[in-house]
Formats: sequence, C-alpha cells, structure tokens
Amino acid sequence: MTEQASGAHHPQPRARTGGAQQPTAVEHVTGAQSLIRSLEEVGADTVFGLPGGAILPAYDPMMDSKKVRHVLVRHEQGAGHAATGYAQATGKVGVCMATSGPGATNLVTPIADAHMDSVPLVAITGQVASAAIGTDAFQEADICGITMPITKHNFLVTDPAEIPRTIAEAFHIASTGRPGPVLVDIAKDAMQAKTTFSWPPQTDLPGYRPVTKPHAKQIREAARMITSAKRPVLYVGGGVMKAGATAELKVLAELTGAPVTTTLMALGSFPDTHPQHVGMPGMHGSVAAVTSLQKADLIVALGARFDDRVTGKLDSFAPYAKIVHADIDPAEIGKNRAADVPIVGDAREVIADLIVAVQAEHEAGRTGDYAAWWKDLNRWREHYPLGYDLPEDGSLSPQQVIQRIGQLAPEDTIYAAGVGQHQMWAAHFIDYEKPATWLNSGGAGTMGYAVPAAMGAKAGQPDRPVWAIDGDGCFQMTNQELVTCALNNIPIKVAIINNGALGMVRQWQTLFYNQRYSNTVLHAGPEAAEQPNLGTRCPDFVKLAEAMGCVAMRCEDPAELDAVIAKANAINDRPVVVDFIVHEDAMVWPMVAAGTSNDEVMAARGVRPDFGDTEED
Amino acid sequence: MTKHTLSVLVENTPGILARIAALFSRRGFNIDSLAVGVTEHPDISRITIVVNVESLPLEQVTKQLNKLVNVLKIVELEPSSAVHRELVLVKVRADNETRSQIVEIVQLFRAKTVDVSPEAVTIEATGSADKLEAMLKMLEPFGIKELVQSGTIAIGRGARSITDRSLRALERSA
Repeated sequence: MTEQASGAHHPQPRARTGGAQQPTAVEHVTGAQSLIRSLEEVGADTVFGLPGGAILPAYDPMMDSKKVRHVLVRHEQGAGHAATGYAQATGKVGVCMATSGPGATNLVTPIADAHMDSVPLVAITGQVASAAIGTDAFQEADICGITMPITKHNFLVTDPAEIPRTIAEAFHIASTGRPGPVLVDIAKDAMQAKTTFSWPPQTDLPGYRPVTKPHAKQIREAARMITSAKRPVLYVGGGVMKAGATAELKVLAELTGAPVTTTLMALGSFPDTHPQHVGMPGMHGSVAAVTSLQKADLIVALGARFDDRVTGKLDSFAPYAKIVHADIDPAEIGKNRAADVPIVGDAREVIADLIVAVQAEHEAGRTGDYAAWWKDLNRWREHYPLGYDLPEDGSLSPQQVIQRIGQLAPEDTIYAAGVGQHQMWAAHFIDYEKPATWLNSGGAGTMGYAVPAAMGAKAGQPDRPVWAIDGDGCFQMTNQELVTCALNNIPIKVAIINNGALGMVRQWQTLFYNQRYSNTVLHAGPEAAEQPNLGTRCPDFVKLAEAMGCVAMRCEDPAELDAVIAKANAINDRPVVVDFIVHEDAMVWPMVAAGTSNDEVMAARGVRPDFGDTEED
Repeated sequence: MTKHTLSVLVENTPGILARIAALFSRRGFNIDSLAVGVTEHPDISRITIVVNVESLPLEQVTKQLNKLVNVLKIVELEPSSAVHRELVLVKVRADNETRSQIVEIVQLFRAKTVDVSPEAVTIEATGSADKLEAMLKMLEPFGIKELVQSGTIAIGRGARSITDRSLRALERSA
C-alpha cells in the first residue's frame, strides 16, 4: 500500500467553485465587513447565532446585510442544530455563529452531531484578540483544538486578508466530497482591522481532492455481480440523499428488481410505499429488512457505512453476502466490513454508471432472477409487519399518535425527530416518500435535536409544514428555541410524545435490568420508584409553550386525536405545541439487542421470527 | 504486529502535527516514533511515522490521514527499498581505565565521540534501529548516564522522489 493519495481510482478532482466568476472590484473594508461580504458572496442566506464579546465586530455589519438573515437563537446549541436542520432540508450549507469560549463550546454538540451524519455545516466563532491567544484570556477556549476530531476541517484566522479565502474554502470543504462541518475561528482583532475585499478569492487546497468519478472496471464488476446474484439487496445510506441521487436510485432499483433497504439516515431516498422497499435495517429495523441482509448473497451498499446499529454483532452480520461497497469516503470502505468490490465515488455518479452497466448486462442476456428471493422477502413482510397494540386502558398509544400525524399532515411535510423511542416510531410509522423530508440525529443520537432542527428546516423551507416529533425528555433539553420560532415567524409544529420517562432507556431497563427504573422517570422525583406518580404535569408543557409564544394543546384521549392534529395543521402563523400524553409502557419493536447477532432479531417481546432456518442452501 | 514506516507529506501549517498525532491516538494507534522537518520545498514538511500495527488497521489509519485537508501524500517505505536512520546521543560513564574500551566500541560501530570529560564520554551515532540497539547493548555495562534518540527518518532508494508530484500540486494551486 503505497502512494495512497494518488489512489487506485484515478482521482477526478471536482472543479473549484467560483473559478469562472468575474472578480469583484476591490473594496476597502474591516475584517468583519469582509466576513459578511464573504457570506453574502458564498450564498449564505440564513445564519443562526448569538453574539458575544469576541464575535461582536461581525454583528455590526450583519445588521446592514440585505442578503444574510440572522436568526437570534436562545442557546448556541440551538444555532448549531438549526443550521443542521436547514442544511438537511435544503441541501445547502448550514451556517451558525457564536462568540468565543462558552459560545463556541456550546456549538460542540451540534458540530459533533453534524460530523457523525456528514451534514454540510460552517460554524463561525469569534476568538479573543490574537495577542491574547494562549494567555487564558476572558472567554478564551481553544475551539480549533476542541473541535479537531469532530470537524472535517477547521481554521484559525488572525489575518484579516485571509477571511474571504478561508470562508470560500470552508464552504467548499463542507459541501463537497463527503460533506461535514467546518469551523472558522476568527480573532477579534482580525475583524476590527482594515483590509481589502474582493471575490472570488484564490483558494489553496492542494491536499483536498475528493474522488467523485467511480472506476469503470469496478462498476462493471458490480453490475455483473448484481445480475448473477440470487439474493441481492440494495443497502442505501445517507450518502444517496446527500448526493441527490434518489431519482437515479429508483431507476436502478426498478431496473434490477432487487429489494431496497434504506437506513435511518436515508429514509425518503426511496419511497417507503414502493413495492421493492423492505424497510429500515438495523437494531430497530423491520424483520424483512434485517433478515434480507442476513440471508443476502450480495449486498450493494450505496453511501452507507455498515454502522454498528445496522450490522449488530459484526462477525455474524450477513454471513453469506458478497459486498459491493460504494462510498465517496475511501476510509469507509473496508472499515467495518471487507468489500469484495470497492467503489470510491459520488453516489449519484456511481448509481448512474451502475444503471448503464446493468443495462449492458441485460442486453447481453444476463438478467437476475430473484423470484425465489422475493417469495422469502414477501413472506417475512407479510408475517412480521411493523405494528403495535393499542393500550388496554384506553390511553393514547404513542405509535398511533405518530402514525396519525403522518397520515393527516400535508404531503410536503418535513419531519424532525429527537432521539429515542419516538424517533424509532417516527421512522416506522410515517411514510417517507421524498428525500429531505426526514431529519434526525442518526450517528450521534443527540437528544434535543428536534426543536432546533425543525426551526432550521422551516427557516430554509418556509412554505412547507414542519413537524417536530419529540419526546418529553428531548423537549426539555432545547425547547427554548420555540421562543426564537415565535419571535422570528418560524411557525413549526411540535408533537411531544409525553410518556413521562426517558422511554428508550426505560425500555432497556424493562428488558435487561429487571424493570428497575433507575433515573428514567421524568415527571416525579426520587420517590417515583416506590410511588409511581403519573401525570404530575411538571413541567406543564402547555403552560410552558404558551409562555414561549406558541399555541399549545394537550391530547390524552384517542377519540380527540385526529381533531387535535387537524387543529395543529390548520395553524400556520405561530408555532404549535401539542402535548400528547401517551402510555409509558409502549416499546419499540422489532429489536436486535445490543451486541447480539441480527439473526436474533425479535419481532416483538419474546417473539423470534421463524426464518425456516432449515431452508438455507 | 509489524512495524510500518509512513512518510507523510504535509502543508507546513500551524497545528498539523497536532492533527496527525491526535488522529493516531483517537483511532487507537500507537506511534513508535515520529520525526518532523521541512523538505526541499519550504511549504512542505515531511513527517516520518513508525507505527506498530497489522496491515488492515494500517490501511484504515492511512485512509483517515489522507482525509486531513493539510495532508498532501502518504507513502509507506518498505525496509527493503528504503534507507532508515535514527540518531542517538549517549553519555557514557568513563574513567581512565574504561575510556579506551569505549572508544573502541565507538569505532566498531562507526560512531563519533563528540565530547569527553574526566568522568564521561558523549557519543553520537546514526544508523538503523538494530545497529543502534546493538551499540547501546555494548555500552550499557559502562553505565549510561543519559540517552537521547531521534525518531526514525527514511527515504526510498533509487532516483524517484516522492515529493515531485506533491510539489506540482502545490504549484498548481499557488
């Protein structure tokens, strides 16, 4: 293994952005003005942020910008997740801004979140004056050092002349190749100093050459394997969404006739209701999807990374499958599972080339015959569909609430979920037919993601309804951004799936810790273990939401469910919060317990599907 | 596990060493030795890293290194087709009786005596890790008072240069 940089795949560097642009006239400005002018030129129309001492110079010209809308958040974490939600809903680079020290460190969680989910994000932070760097000055934090492992790249700028180039490079790095967060830390004195501004700046990134064009030989080999396989599966990850390859994916899927499974990050990249869609794979995937991978003889991974939540116990994952692994990040290929055919490239180009190659196979008379495979798949789908039981006591079922929201919401609705049971139910019981309609924190699993991400999505897509599906635990982490929504005309809708507990943790306590509910009851103090004290209404989410300028409702009765959702759907001038009081014992099924094999998927508690284990050849 | 020597060409920017060292530690790899210096091109530094891993994880760490924006190129230098060198400076206890024996060892290993005092001799030696280890073993009985070692540096044999292409990339973008 030598000369990795030149690679085996003949890198085709992407054209630099802005290369052909006519340079603008040189303007004499401050560093801060140069920053805002750069943001305008790079096309950043929305910035989520909160000012403070070190970033203060930037906020003065920000006030005069006609092109950049600044949304003043209540907490920098909200700014970061909002920028992520904006990016996921629009496909553009999300931008957040914060001051030095605690302002910057409050961005750490959303930056880590964006890094795990490959979201194009540019975070701009103020830094103490360059002479004070390293002296433990007031509100100083080494944010470049702190975010080194959770950014795609970061910059510290102390020279005002470097600002336009750095911003251009940051946006280029964030949005090309495998997208990711880039942090630009700018010293206060660099923003105050006089400098010149012209656009486009000369970018200088000799070490950054993402490979987007796949190797033709690998594509032909993959196509040959697809048509000769008996039990193929297209395993589709978030990379397909990011590459904007969903139309191509549908063509490839229908051309091959192979089943498609879309990961949590890829929901909506292939229509949920498409007959070839077998569901989501992984720990809480559908029995058909999990089993399809386990029994497959060929897995075609497209922009997916064999995450542990998908594979379960790695050494027993998909034991019969050959692997075609296409990803824009060469480091993902072979990281967790060895690839028989590695393909480095942009998912859109890979899929487009695969379509042509599979067509050529078909023309040569080689078509796959998956009839027997579909018989198995259909049996698993039929016998183990996603489902739930309604609570016997007549209370609201959380799954039913989420399902009805999905059924009653307008077609173009965007959904943003928090992390936990409600996230999995929202993945299961809402049909995602189009890309960028499902936003969630997949890799990092960041509780509190939903409200600010929904805010960012709505700011980026103001004409589309946005529902945040949140848990009562998540909601209590970031709900203050509802004030931001109320004051900035960002009318999102929030469904609090309120079971009074940290539901997913509670589910694990039910299953693996003898029903000892240590510190998972949210609506009561330490006495909760002895005296279950349902419905203390502390906090009272209706009052809380009203206090933050939202319309608030509560729903406890299944009979009122549709009417309450309809009422929420009808309000489009203010944020709406609905507190759905749901049964606390509902669980997420199917489930593969952590650290066990996907062969041990349980369709429901105590129900292991009958795979006809004797039929294997 | 086997030792691998990686030559990493990087842009000479602040913080690049921290980025590389942090990448190794957070991906769970131990660096055996590390040496940094500028190359014939002032904008390019060369980091020589010796790492003790199997080939599969090495491929992963190489790919991860390549993702660092300031990394220009990574080449693994095989022991058979490259020259590997380390430098040691060692201060050995010496008196009138032992000094001549020590100097004999120094000559055997083609090392140099760089400082002499009534109680000690300071020796400079370069060579492969094996050679230096053998020399230190010989010197040990006299009493090693102080020892300092550089990281390994390495260069491929033959006329080909690993920096050529990276230089061109750098010039293109300039």
